[in-house]
Amino acid sequence: MTGLANTEPKLESPVGAPAAVATVAASRKGRGEFLYFALRSKKFLFAMGILLVLIAIAVLGPMIDGTDPVATDLLPMQPPSTDPGYWLGTTSFGEDVFAQFANGLRATFFVGLLGGGLAALIGMAVGFTAGYRGGWTDEILNMLTNVVLVIPSLAVLIVISSYLKARGVLFEAVFIGATSWPWAARAIRAQTFSLRSRDFIDLAKLSGRKGWRIIVEEIAPNMSSYLFMTFILLFGGAILIAASLDFIGLGPTGGMSLGLMMFNAVTYGAALLLGYWWWFIPPGLGIMATVGALYVMNVGLDEIFNPKLRDI
Amino acid sequence: MRKYFGRKLFTYTLTFFIAATIDWLIPRFMPGDPVAGLMARQGALSPEGAAALSKYYNELFGLNRPLWEQFFGFWTALIQGDLGRSVFGHGRPVAETIMSALPYTLALLIPAILLSWWAGNTFGAMAARRKWLDSAVLPVGYILTATPYMWLGLVLAFVLAFLLRIFPLSGGYGFNLEPSLTWAFFVDLVAHWILPFLSLFLVGFGGWAIGMRNMIIYELESDYSRYLEALGAPQSLVRKYAFRNAMLPQVTGLALQLGVIVAGSLVTEIVFSYPGIGLLLFNAIKSEDYFLLQGIFIFVIAGVLIANFLVDIAYVIVDPRTRVGMRGGTA
Amino acid sequence: MSLQVSDLRVYYRSLAGDVQALDGATFSIADKEIMGLAGESGCGKSTLGNSLIRLDGRMKYVAGSVTLDGNKLPIWDQKGMNEFRFRDVSVIPQYAMSAMNPTRKIGKMTGELLESRGESYQDIKPELLRRLDLVGLSQDVLNRYPIELSGGMKQRMVMVISTLLNPSLLIADEITSALDVSTQRAVAETLVSFRDHGFVKSMMVITHDLSILYQTADSILVMYAGKLAEKAPTATIIDKPRHPYTKMLISSLPEVGIRYANKKLAGIPGSPPALLNPPAGCRFRARCPLAFEKCVEEPPFVQIAPDHSVACWKVPGSNA
Repeated sequence: MTGLANTEPKLESPVGAPAAVATVAASRKGRGEFLYFALRSKKFLFAMGILLVLIAIAVLGPMIDGTDPVATDLLPMQPPSTDPGYWLGTTSFGEDVFAQFANGLRATFFVGLLGGGLAALIGMAVGFTAGYRGGWTDEILNMLTNVVLVIPSLAVLIVISSYLKARGVLFEAVFIGATSWPWAARAIRAQTFSLRSRDFIDLAKLSGRKGWRIIVEEIAPNMSSYLFMTFILLFGGAILIAASLDFIGLGPTGGMSLGLMMFNAVTYGAALLLGYWWWFIPPGLGIMATVGALYVMNVGLDEIFNPKLRDI
Repeated sequence: MRKYFGRKLFTYTLTFFIAATIDWLIPRFMPGDPVAGLMARQGALSPEGAAALSKYYNELFGLNRPLWEQFFGFWTALIQGDLGRSVFGHGRPVAETIMSALPYTLALLIPAILLSWWAGNTFGAMAARRKWLDSAVLPVGYILTATPYMWLGLVLAFVLAFLLRIFPLSGGYGFNLEPSLTWAFFVDLVAHWILPFLSLFLVGFGGWAIGMRNMIIYELESDYSRYLEALGAPQSLVRKYAFRNAMLPQVTGLALQLGVIVAGSLVTEIVFSYPGIGLLLFNAIKSEDYFLLQGIFIFVIAGVLIANFLVDIAYVIVDPRTRVGMRGGTA
Repeated sequence: MSLQVSDLRVYYRSLAGDVQALDGATFSIADKEIMGLAGESGCGKSTLGNSLIRLDGRMKYVAGSVTLDGNKLPIWDQKGMNEFRFRDVSVIPQYAMSAMNPTRKIGKMTGELLESRGESYQDIKPELLRRLDLVGLSQDVLNRYPIELSGGMKQRMVMVISTLLNPSLLIADEITSALDVSTQRAVAETLVSFRDHGFVKSMMVITHDLSILYQTADSILVMYAGKLAEKAPTATIIDKPRHPYTKMLISSLPEVGIRYANKKLAGIPGSPPALLNPPAGCRFRARCPLAFEKCVEEPPFVQIAPDHSVACWKVPGSNA
């Protein structure tokens, strides 16, 4: 969770890159170039592999298995075994840990995609506007960003959630998205600032296009790789925040999530005191694998998009 | 420099004002009636009794007064340090309840933040220098920084406390001890402190190590490094400059991460039933003790803001440019 | 002869293979000579400049030799080159604006750099102050951070630092491209004065801006797609160029003396070949109006007159 600020993608100006290499890269433009380097990046492939396995479990697991994650009709307190229905063992209440894990993983990806996506959208809206407009707009948006930045989002989420009796995964994702955008806004603002003075933006301005069209048509495409990497980091961050919220007991009511599994295991199941490791190890491992794969993927993408970082 | 600090102080004051206002707004504008919620927990009551209790709660919250008066009263009480009374704490003032838990949280947080920052930066810088160390630090760092705090806590507790029984599983000190200034109590305190500390330390360490490693590599590619190398400066000088400059974003990063680290300490305390603010918060939520909950929120915000300001001061000390009248930092 | 380069080949390593950015360069620079190195961006001129002082991570020494004042430079050996850097070969980099450590006072940084090379800052300081005076910087800049200086001031400061140990060869890499026109002229004049004062023995001025060379250079070397095209005294290159590429380069200038800012030479149709797998023979032939069958063979870089060499089959004297 820490260090996020510094794993932020860096978009480097092409100035100073050897022209000869730039010509080679330019000759293999766009999607083709991306694929070419992506298939050669071990980090990207490794991370993609892990994510695909996790997505497969999240999507196919509940479909194939079909067990209700909160049904209590199995033998309780069973460690993992090869018996059908007991792959990851059962909880103290006779629930299927694998069914909970697969369904929880679904919620995790849902919260990550929606929360991270929403945060990316807000971050882009604020960052682009502040960076492109400058002046007073920038001052005000910057102040807003700094205010939201220093308020710990989890604290706000805790207070809000604690007053709500019924909470859905959707609610959780939206609130996480609404509070975790500031660093992205700040990073995008800085990038927009450096792009704003380039020739092609001046040209677009001269042609009389509206500000938001210049942002959408000229600025955003020129930093699309950067935006994508920002989204990936927000994705991972949203998952971690959701896990904390769920673990405090303020997660979605009536659903299943990886954080909620840990909450149940510790709070109601006394799994730690009784040594039911199969109950709390898989959910945390699932979160760690998902977020870790996202971070590694981000590094891989950075090397793919940024010729300066490529291993020869 | 005065402008730099003036701006920072203004931002923090504004932030505190906004955060406290949110804190005040939420119970009043959330769907559902907090008084009704509290009433529901009282169980069966006679209609008269229910009315009396409802009146009592409404007056306690001040909900029957005009909104502006409620808001003004909230701020007056806040400035006087009055955060209301805690139901969970059997009517003890909220501020007092929080203050008694605060030392435990600070004892976890301050060493965890400072040591993980220091160790992470040191290791990250070393990794950027040696290929073999880099290939070890990088994956370990990514695994650690992707680990949810509470899960690392659970794993540590399971292995080191449950299986190997090296450390106690939970609590701030043994059940059989009374807080006192004895050696035995101190040893017990440290034994209970180690695992929650380690959870916070390790996750932070991973993030800082990766951050520092990436920053150093970035700095070593920078123009001033290339210029020094072109003029034949030895690697020791190039490294020294790169390290110093890579530290600056790490200091700024510390401010950015404070909220996350504090959140991490809250959930870690819950895992270990460590009697700090996090456990208090957990109990406040379970017992729907809203005064306590909101008081903790105010405390956490204030703490994070103060820590941010300390980081700003540190930044001025490490970045000489801020002292020559330039506006440094990014916040 | 101050500098002698023969058959120097330096490639860029890339995922797709070696980019032949500098493919066989043979030339020399005399004592007191300021040689301009011109060509489009990507023609290998910066690769040539860099390879004489420091190969960056992706550059690969392939073949050839570099001799400076009779010493062979171990340009493939990063550590071995350290002895020669700064003292014998020095550079004013393209990125002079950001070449100084932003968090060190300029004087302190200069001192630490000198001491790290075994020179005494105290001994050199009087000369440093004299040179600051010469380029019009106050002594006070030593107590300032780079961010407090204007672009032109930073440029001059880097020029002073780079030449502090009186190197034999100074490489000035695109040093005017980031400056406005009046500052450019001042920088060009400063370069010449450094030579006249004996701060540097000879100089290589890399630029895509021929008008700057007209003011400063004694001779001009034109490169195209990793190969040398033509080298001759400045007047000859401007008035009587022989290589078709040089001719087009010169004629595409609106008027000599006026800054030519465009990086791509719009006046010449087509673009240089990719250097990953360059076609055999003359690399200019696809754009050359004079191209004929013979051009599928590589033209040698031969001397056609004293101090004048050309690589083109169409130039009389090349048809050996």
